[in-house]
Formats: sequence, C-alpha cells, structure tokens
Amino acid sequence: MNAMTKTLMSVAMSAALVSTGAQAALSDDKVKIGVLADMGGVYADICGKGCVAAVEMAVEDFGGTVLGKKIEIVSADDQNKPDVGSAKAREWVESQQVDVVTGLVSSAVTGAVTKVLTDAKKLALISTSASNAFTTKSCSPYNAHWTYNVAALANGTVKPMVQAGKKKWFFITADYAFGHALEKVATGVIKSNGGEVVGNVRAPLGTTDFSSYVLQAQSSGADVVALANAGSDFVNSLKTAAEFGLTEMVDVAGLLVFTANAKALDPAIASGMKLTTGFYWDMDDQTRAWTKRFRQRHDKIPAMGQAGAYSMTMHYLNAVKATGTDDSETVMKYMKEHKPNDFFARNATLRNDGRMVHDMYLVRIKNASERKGEDDIFAIEKTIPGDQAFAPMLSQCDFK
Amino acid sequence: MATFLGINLFGLSGQLLVGLINGSFYALLSLGLAIIFGLLRIINFAQGAIYMLGAFFAWMALQYFGINYWAALILVPLAVGIIGVLMERFLLRPIANEDHLYSLLLTFGLALILQGIFTQTYGSSGLSYAIPESLKGGTRLPFMYLPNYRAWIIVASLTVCISTWWAIEKTKLGAYLRAGTENPQMMQAFGINVPLIVTITFGFGVALAGFAGVIAAPVYAVSPEMGSNILIVVFAIVVIGGMGSIGGAIITGLGMGVVEGLTKYFYPEASTTIIFLVMVVVLLVKPAGLFGKEA
Repeated sequence: MNAMTKTLMSVAMSAALVSTGAQAALSDDKVKIGVLADMGGVYADICGKGCVAAVEMAVEDFGGTVLGKKIEIVSADDQNKPDVGSAKAREWVESQQVDVVTGLVSSAVTGAVTKVLTDAKKLALISTSASNAFTTKSCSPYNAHWTYNVAALANGTVKPMVQAGKKKWFFITADYAFGHALEKVATGVIKSNGGEVVGNVRAPLGTTDFSSYVLQAQSSGADVVALANAGSDFVNSLKTAAEFGLTEMVDVAGLLVFTANAKALDPAIASGMKLTTGFYWDMDDQTRAWTKRFRQRHDKIPAMGQAGAYSMTMHYLNAVKATGTDDSETVMKYMKEHKPNDFFARNATLRNDGRMVHDMYLVRIKNASERKGEDDIFAIEKTIPGDQAFAPMLSQCDFK
Repeated sequence: MATFLGINLFGLSGQLLVGLINGSFYALLSLGLAIIFGLLRIINFAQGAIYMLGAFFAWMALQYFGINYWAALILVPLAVGIIGVLMERFLLRPIANEDHLYSLLLTFGLALILQGIFTQTYGSSGLSYAIPESLKGGTRLPFMYLPNYRAWIIVASLTVCISTWWAIEKTKLGAYLRAGTENPQMMQAFGINVPLIVTITFGFGVALAGFAGVIAAPVYAVSPEMGSNILIVVFAIVVIGGMGSIGGAIITGLGMGVVEGLTKYFYPEASTTIIFLVMVVVLLVKPAGLFGKEA
C-alpha cells in the first residue's frame, strides 16, 4: 500500500514537474551539485577533498552561475560505507534539492548510491569507481561513468602483455567485489588472447603481509603475476614481491595503480612497471596548465578521478546551459549527444549506456634517474583509443 | 620435487619459514601490548596508532634530518616512549581508578585523532621507505629465497622479546613490577614508587610498538591505516596467550604467525579470520588463555 502511494505520488510529482518545466527552467531556482567521497579513509587521496576542489574549480571556471542562477556545491564523507553514502544521497535529493551527485569512489558505495539516485531520477556522475557494473549489469539511464573501469584496465594493461607472449598468469586478488570483478574481466582478456590463468589467491582486504602469496606465485610457473588490488594492498604486495625477488623472475603487473600509490613506492621497486590510467597530469601543455591551477587550491598532483570530476561537472553544466533546464533526462540526453572535449576528455563520447569512452594511456613507472621531481612518476608509452580500451555496449543498456 | 599427500613439501617449508618470520613480528607487537594490557590492565587501543607513529617517525627522521635506519631504530622508540610516558602521566593516570572502559575509550579516541592528523598531513596513500643498503639482497635456500631483511626481522624481534622476557621474569626490577601490579598497596608500604614503575612500564610497552613500527617501515606500506589493520590481531594474540603472561605472548605470537601462514597456503580467504577462530576455541576451553593463570 505504502509503495503504491509512493509510486502514485512520484508519478504525480513528476507530472507536476513536467508541466511546470516550461515556466521554471531550473527546479527550485538553482543547480545544486553534491560531491560524495571518502574524505578521510583509505581512498581519501584518490578523490576526497581533491574531488571537491575539482568540482569547485569547474563551477568557478563556468562562471559560478548557470541560466542566471547560482550553482551550489555540497559535499559529504561516505566513509566507504554503502549505508552512509546512500543515506546521504537520499537526504540530498529528497530534502536539499541536490540535482546531481558526483565524486563516488568505492564501488560498493556507488552501487548503493546509484540505486537511490535512479529511484529519485537524479544523475550520478561517477568519477573514481572501478567496477563496470554501473554501465553493465546495474546500468541505469541516470548513470554516467567517467574516468575508467576494470575493463579498460584489463584491456590496457593485460592485453598487450598476453599478445607479447606472456601467456601464463597468476592473480593476487583483493577478496571483495572490486578485486573479483577485476580478476574476472582480466581473465576474460587473457583467455580470449590465447593465454591461461595458472593460479590465483584471494587475499583479504587490508592484508599486511603478502609473503605467503608471493611464494605461491613464485612456485606457480607463471610468466606474469597480476596484482588485482588497490591502495595499500597494492603497495604492500608489490613491496613484498620485490623483496622476495619475484619482480626479477617474472613480470608483475599492477592492474589499478594511482599516482599517489606509485609515489609511495621506492623507485627501485616500482620502476618499469606498466599500467593503465585515464589521466596523467604531466601529459601535455593542456594537462599541465590545468594541474597548475588545480594545485593552487589543492596542493597535490591530481588523481585521475579528480581530473575526471572536473571534466564531468563541466560537461554537465554545459548541458544545463544549452538545454535551459536541470531536468535529468533532458540534460543526460544532451550530454550523450554532444561530445565532451577538454584537457581530460580526448576523443571522448558519452555512450547511451552511460559509459564515457575516451583515450586511456599505457604508462610506465619511471626509474629514479629519469625523475625530475617528486611528482615526476609516469612516462606515457602509448595512447589507447577509447573503443579499444572499453568493452562494447550491452544492448539492454542502450538508453537513448 | 618432494611431495607428501599431494602437498609440495618444498612449498610448505617456505610457508612455514614465512609464517615464523611473521610470527616473530607478531611476538614483538604483542609483547608491548602484553605488558600494558596484561600487566598494567590498561586496554591501550592506541597501540596500533603508536606502531604507525613509529613507522612515520622513521620516515620523518630520514626525510627531514637525514637520520638513517639504524639510528632510527634507537631514537624512534625513545621518542615514542617519551610520548607514552606523557600519555600515561597526563591522560591515563587521572582515570586510573575508573572502569577499564574509560581507558579503552580514551586510547581509542587518541588513536583516531593520531590517524586523522596523519591522513590530513601525509595523505592516505602512504610514504616510501627503502630497505637499508646493508640489508638488501637475500640468500637462496633450497626451498625459497630468504630476503636478508626478513632474516633480520627474526633476529631483531626475538632478541628484543627474549631480553624483555628476561628483564620482567628474572630480574629484581621485573619482580618489583610484577608485584607492583599484583598488589600496589603492599609494594608502596615497602617504599616502592609504584606510580613511577607504572609510568615507566607503560612508556616501555609503547616504545616497543614504536620499535616494531621502524622494523615494519621498509617492508610494509607506511600509511595512517597500518596500525588499525594489525591491532585487533595483536589483541587476539595477547588474549590467546593469556593475560599477564609475557612468555605466553611471545610463544603465541610465533605460533599464530605459523598458523596464519599455513592458512594463507591452504585457504587464503580465511587468513584474517583464523586467529579469531583460535581465540574463540581457546576462550571456550581455557578461558585464562594458553599460558595465563586461572583466576
């Protein structure tokens, strides 16, 4: 009964919105952007306050107003907890007139939040999550997934290695949704290119000592040991791999490496590793110019998700301006029909499934003698065209 | 290759050795807690944050003052120990007569504050600390490659553990300490300054965590979260070993390292749970812990 009433009410309300849409271009007379991210936990560096700074920067560059109305920003800490994140998102859209939520880091939180937003017909602009679920099995016409995903990481890093003759793979995988998804997608890429997976271990999230797993990898006879983990799990596993001589015996591939993690490693250990990223600050004049401005507000080099947060906010605001409304469907339609193009989004297009397809980069971690400063971390080896990096769209997610 | 019941014995020996290395590190970590928690009956939830502090101090010493690893191994525990002394004197002493929950909450809050400060200042991704030049490289054993630094972890941890055990169980100072925690009034009647002993002991227990932090810095990620990941395991080890038993904490630390190592080999998914499983079983069978005295 309650659900019924709710549905009826939302139908009535959306009817009211549509009918008044012509007079009031912007609902409640403003555009309000919510930035939801882990602000103080393990993922604070890869989005967090830097994402807030990037969104503020986008709004400021846009002029601070759209259609003559003020653009407001609110932010909150999701503590990497799906319940905290979804409660905050619900509060924002139900009582604080938030039109769009961006940031979004932990895939578990993003899964919960996108559900709330889709129910409320509000847009989720996902900047930092890795899972590809938001544009595949949990796809929604209200999702836009910007920076990267597990498929792009696997295609970018794993494929060229298998094609170069590294056929036998061993996985050290973080034992939760993200690690499993990454391993699964990477395994698919390995098999379809004629390689095989000779073994895997699932290490619990937050494992400190990886020596046991490294020994298992060592005796597996693999050509490549893939680290399907992130953050301090990645740092700990690679440190141990180097210490036990694994990095000298076989290739070790980090599947998800952020600049901040690469920076936390002794160059002697990490140099030479190839990985895929959606953005690197020192790529060309455009990225360097943007980074310089970014660093005036947030004194760190931007993580890829932070650059992505700027890019998607800009594209969103442009869409609001062009369509003259903040109605989610109209704005999303415009965003999909018009290609984003800025320092971040190169050869980019937002597909109907919500996947933003753009150039990805295969980079190599520089060795100590190559580095000109503490932030000089990656050397770009190759640009991977978006259509080769990301998986094709599923027909059930083709939201026009 | 030698196998037994389908198990690769070479692989297994490697896992056992790695387990022992981790075990000696656990022993070192649980030693400090065994002293503070087991003898002083203070539930110090900041012990993990202090271990983190030790690792960060080692990094800062190198970064800002050019103090190398070996000097840090002495200086950092001293600095951390002084912080411990101040903590006991000004924060824990005023609530010493309250319920144990107060010290738990206070130290837990302290841990969160420390962690927050370091996340804010240095970020959540961690910092890089290289293995000292003289401990780089390793030895090729028949069944595995043993990095020199891991061998050093065993030597350093066991040396510190055994000398601490000896100081507490076999010396006069240790006897005062044990008596002072058992029956403070009696000891004070004999003219022993019990509060001072408590302060020094707390400082020492905290310094051990700082020492473990320095030992960990070259091999594990130096990040604000590093302490909270390991603290609960260490508490479990102290409980399994038996409250108040220094030797128990050391032996249990070693044993749990091996048990965890074997779990990582046979069923990695359970590796973070196994120690708690052992704890549950031990508490059911022998509530005072393996080496604890029945009350």
